[in-house]
Amino acid sequence: MTLSRRSILTAAAASALTVPALPRLAHAQSAAIKIGVLNDQSGPYTNTGGATSVICAKQAVQEFATAQGLSVEVISADHQNKPDLAVSIVRQWFDRDGVDMLLDVPTSSVALAVQSVVREKNKVYLNSGAASSALTGEQCSPNFIHWTYDTFMLAKSTGGAMVKAGGTSWYFLTADYAFGKQLQSDTSDLVKAAGGTVAGASQYPFPGTTDFSSFLVQAQASKAKVIGLANAGGDTVNSIKQINEFGINKTMKVAALLMFVTDVHALGLDVAAGLNLTESFYWDLNDKTRAFTNRVKDKTPKNWPNMVHAGCYSATLHYLKTVHDMGAAEAKKDGVATISRMKAMPVEDDCFGKTTIREDGRNLTPAYLFEVKKPSESKGPWDYFKQVVHTPGEAAYRPLADGHCSLVKA
Amino acid sequence: MIMIFGIPGPLLFGQLLLGLINGAFYAMLSLGLAVIFGMLNIINFAHGALFMMGAFVAWILLDALGIGYFPSLILAPLIVGAFGVVLERTIISRLYKLDHLYGLLLTFGLSLVIEGLFRNAYGSSGLPYRIPDILQGATNLGFMYMPNYRGWVVLAALVVCFSTWAIIEKTSLGATLRAATENAPLVQAFGVNVPRVVTLTYGAGVALAAFAGVLAAPIYSVNPNMGSNFINTVFAVVVIGGMGSILGSIVTGFGLGVIEGLTKVFYPQASATVVFLVMIIVLLARPRGLFGKAA
Repeated sequence: MTLSRRSILTAAAASALTVPALPRLAHAQSAAIKIGVLNDQSGPYTNTGGATSVICAKQAVQEFATAQGLSVEVISADHQNKPDLAVSIVRQWFDRDGVDMLLDVPTSSVALAVQSVVREKNKVYLNSGAASSALTGEQCSPNFIHWTYDTFMLAKSTGGAMVKAGGTSWYFLTADYAFGKQLQSDTSDLVKAAGGTVAGASQYPFPGTTDFSSFLVQAQASKAKVIGLANAGGDTVNSIKQINEFGINKTMKVAALLMFVTDVHALGLDVAAGLNLTESFYWDLNDKTRAFTNRVKDKTPKNWPNMVHAGCYSATLHYLKTVHDMGAAEAKKDGVATISRMKAMPVEDDCFGKTTIREDGRNLTPAYLFEVKKPSESKGPWDYFKQVVHTPGEAAYRPLADGHCSLVKA
Repeated sequence: MIMIFGIPGPLLFGQLLLGLINGAFYAMLSLGLAVIFGMLNIINFAHGALFMMGAFVAWILLDALGIGYFPSLILAPLIVGAFGVVLERTIISRLYKLDHLYGLLLTFGLSLVIEGLFRNAYGSSGLPYRIPDILQGATNLGFMYMPNYRGWVVLAALVVCFSTWAIIEKTSLGATLRAATENAPLVQAFGVNVPRVVTLTYGAGVALAAFAGVLAAPIYSVNPNMGSNFINTVFAVVVIGGMGSILGSIVTGFGLGVIEGLTKVFYPQASATVVFLVMIIVLLARPRGLFGKAA
């Protein structure tokens, strides 16, 4: 086996040397685009990103690149929510494996840590999974687009709706790292601006906390009207279960500030019913989102796409369109130029419709406030959400001037 | 309202009670570890994975066969215990003559494999497991709202912990076990099949982990990482209590649950670290642990 493969390779190399078309062949190979999907593939954020993100990126490659004759390869790795590990993977990808575009990267602490590496190497970084609004604020970069959602948009949509419905005093249950703190601070600002108050917060160690009962009892003792969950994935699922168990939901309203359709699936409708949450994509929004979901769901039958997965598809598609437009060789050479071209080109796809990308790197996706259906209202598999409010992209995100991004000219 | 250290009394009582509930899990898990270490001299790092398996077996029994919570409390430990027996016979028994480190590495590897397999099959978001109807609801204790199920967990844990302790310390079976660890050849000369005793001890330790797993299933979502979240703390409990000390692990388990609960009130960010702080202090003052026998 080894022998025959080696001989075939030798033969191929030898024949290639003699064939005059070699330069073009070599050129086509070096111009092949490589996409690296970096996310949590074993921890609390596996289902919100994980393998389904990779599948959605490959879907975009299959739909666009194959038709246009672009040669694209998608690789992936597990960053285990560890910034140091992520930085070393990304360096290896850029230096040794020739990766051109870095995709997904959930967990804000990790997302922020790799930002400077991408900038140093002048590559392209499209983030779908991480939430922190600092990525397009003080930590913004000309090599970066924040694709799907952020903490400000979540705070404004879910938090805003809760305050409007009379939830004027808040207690936060916060994952003690970049993401949780940013989400708590964005939501606190919004609550205070609307005339509300923040009664307190419990910042618990992340990852590794599974029992939230102590914090829940403290939240209840604070007499606040709303308990704001500034956490995500498995942590959100566990905290909502325990909120039900301790009857906290009888005296307080629950604001799950970041919750995905995949989390609702894990919780079950009997526990999740009535919760408000915000996503920028839901599979059952319109004919186009349903068509997209139908194309991918057989490849990931246990984990239908949420907004992060849809973002991976949409970002990859737009990136490939841009690469096609400017030529693969040009795109590989200069990350900043590729990103500027991406910002200039109109964005349109099945998942988010038409969107625009702002100069600070913010992609203005729409924000949908959903209410989780009661078990009796759900008609089929993954039929979980009722749409409550639709905020168009231009109004959903932090105003450009408030982010203090250095790319924005005053 | 009574204030204690600037915290309202009722809130503090609530936290003490919650600490006790978490302590119940620490106690059950560290008890199994202590039994295994005491008898087999194996640092069983796979304990967390076996705890997780207990929860999953209960979930599968319900999902596939419609077998409810209470039968699962018996069945799941038996099934996982049998799995433990197979593990011990086929793999772990080969390491008894080697240094502790080999056993630790092997069981650590086993836990990664087991968790990986479950993650592949069931994902990592977690699966819901309903609290049985009879234990639904909650009781108002005046200072807090106490879910009935958690009360049941403390009760079940106490019964299981103290019966295990009694079997090992107060019965002739336990005497044989203890003798076999002290001097295996001598006990064998009396006609006791020592390897079989060791295998069954491992099986029993594993069954304890699985029992804790079934108790945990309705509280935490049933997911492949649920064991690894616990296991580090539980090791600290065993070290603080004194490696191999049965009573030590029970008392320390409950005690540390309470200390952790109080930390969550005063400085929540440190709640994951406080157990290790206690461990350092105990090891400095009493290197053999609180209940460890002097050399």
